[in-house]
Amino acid sequence: MKTDNRISPEHASRPAASTVIEINELCKSFGKLQVLRNLSLQLFENENLILLGKSGSGKSVLIKCIVRLLIPDSGSITFLGKNVMDLNSEELAEMRVKIGFLFQSGALYDSMTIRENLEFPLVRIKKHLTRQEVNEKVEESLENVGLLDSINKMPSQLSGGMRKRASLARTIVVDPMVMLYDEPTTGLDPVTSNEISELINRVQHKYKTSSIIITHDIECARATADRLIMLKEGQAYMEGSIEEFEQTSDELVESYFKSQNKP
Amino acid sequence: MKVIRPLLTKIPKIPRPDVKNRAIKISENAIKKTQTANRFFLEVGEFGLFLWLTIKALFSRHFEFKEFLRQCFLVGNKTLPLISLTGVVIGLVLTIQSRPILAEFGAVSLLPGMVAVSIIREMGPVVTGLICCGKIGSGMGAELGSMKVSEQIDAMEVSSTNPMRFLVVPRVLAATFMIPILVLYADALGILGSWAGANLKGDVTFILFFTQAFNSISFSDFIPAVIKTFFFGAAIGLVGCFKGYTAGRGTASVGKAANQSVVLASVFVIIIDLIAVQITDVLQ
Ligand SMILES: Nc1ncnc2c1ncn2[C@@H]1O[C@H](COP(=O)(O)OP(=O)(O)OP(=O)(O)O)[C@@H](O)[C@H]1O
Ligand SMILES: [Mg+2]
Repeated sequence: MKTDNRISPEHASRPAASTVIEINELCKSFGKLQVLRNLSLQLFENENLILLGKSGSGKSVLIKCIVRLLIPDSGSITFLGKNVMDLNSEELAEMRVKIGFLFQSGALYDSMTIRENLEFPLVRIKKHLTRQEVNEKVEESLENVGLLDSINKMPSQLSGGMRKRASLARTIVVDPMVMLYDEPTTGLDPVTSNEISELINRVQHKYKTSSIIITHDIECARATADRLIMLKEGQAYMEGSIEEFEQTSDELVESYFKSQNKP
Repeated sequence: MKVIRPLLTKIPKIPRPDVKNRAIKISENAIKKTQTANRFFLEVGEFGLFLWLTIKALFSRHFEFKEFLRQCFLVGNKTLPLISLTGVVIGLVLTIQSRPILAEFGAVSLLPGMVAVSIIREMGPVVTGLICCGKIGSGMGAELGSMKVSEQIDAMEVSSTNPMRFLVVPRVLAATFMIPILVLYADALGILGSWAGANLKGDVTFILFFTQAFNSISFSDFIPAVIKTFFFGAAIGLVGCFKGYTAGRGTASVGKAANQSVVLASVFVIIIDLIAVQITDVLQ
């Protein structure tokens, strides 16, 4: 790990906040393709951590490893002090309840309406809710992403951006304590994109969530970031705040920010 | 020196036997063969594991009854028209074709019984089973395959729902219980078709025909035939779900999953039929 690339090493060891997720020396390959190589990072309590990196740099693979949809080859992932790989199926289910996962593809259930899509995790995770409360929560969540009028539509009747938002609504409806957003604003117009960024911030403040946000959208990163990490070749290449990223002279980071920078 | 050099290059090279390359080729072939064999055993192992997980999910506390009913409806709804048509036609054709042969021996009165026995013992179950492989097996393979590819199964898993319990168990059970019903339905229509066939030449009353047909059917014809259809159903459901569930990445694998479900399920149906025949043969 190139420590000289860490703009501000003091960020890495913020003593005040406790760590929610700690990843150590994570490696994952698919056949000959090595996607993650000795990746280490931490997610602290109540922060928004932005993950940047080129397409194919393993960002989605990383967050899938966190919820154990993929099994890493080596290294450890600790969630609230417990090693994710050692959990038995009940503990794993318990952990997954605490994590909200927004899939890059949306992953809405095609055979269900939007309402049923949101109810599906809600009634299974929060079993004590009454019918009335379930309806209220579903409607509130859809209101937040501006999709209340599409509540009875099928996913196939929605546009790509609407599907993404519906999927975001499904993720936040269960109020998880940790959110993993995989490109929440991709494919959205700037106005909606800003609304989503605001929503992410609102969720963070209201429920005190900690989030990992994968994005290529620098505007979204500006609006939500507490800390950023850039991945390159399966490793954490650089870490810092948004100001530090914007001022750095590192070529890769610079080109990343310049290409989307408004004059 | 200067003279020798160009001369040397002109000497033709004696072709040496290409031992090394041949050795590499042989070993590559061997590796390829073991890989194919490995893939086969891997798949068998995976199927075994899948079966075990399905059984485990089946006996877990929560049962998705609504989803089960929905799947039962879908299984019936998808296949009913095709099965009705084939049922009638099988009865009709069997009757028309066996009539002249029986007439030669002066045994036309045996016609209803003979047709009924062959429909109930073999034609009804196997033809219905194979139709269900095509309609239900491929449907399940494609549906679960596309859910897998579009990460819906993953989404289910991270929202703490066991996809085996929600997706696989209701489908397998629906196929297991619906296919026997569909087979009985096809049998009934087959006998009806046979009556229609018998009526094309000469006329037999409905009552007479059915009395003759059912007089020649015994429980030992009927029960084993029904029992094997439960296995057909379970095999079709399991194979369809397995192929869909283990589909690869990318949309092409959805088509592949659907296709392989049909092929594998048909093979299963035929093999189960073979085993069932052997067993009933031994028991009688
Ligand atoms: N299940 C899998 N099987 C095989 N290869 C995979 C699998 N998942 C991901 N990969 C490979 O891992 C690499 C990283 O994929 P990943 O989806 O993490 O990229 P990403 O950083 O999220 O890119 P993007 O920004 O485009 O979403 C890719 O080359 C991909 O082909
Ligand atoms: Mg990705």
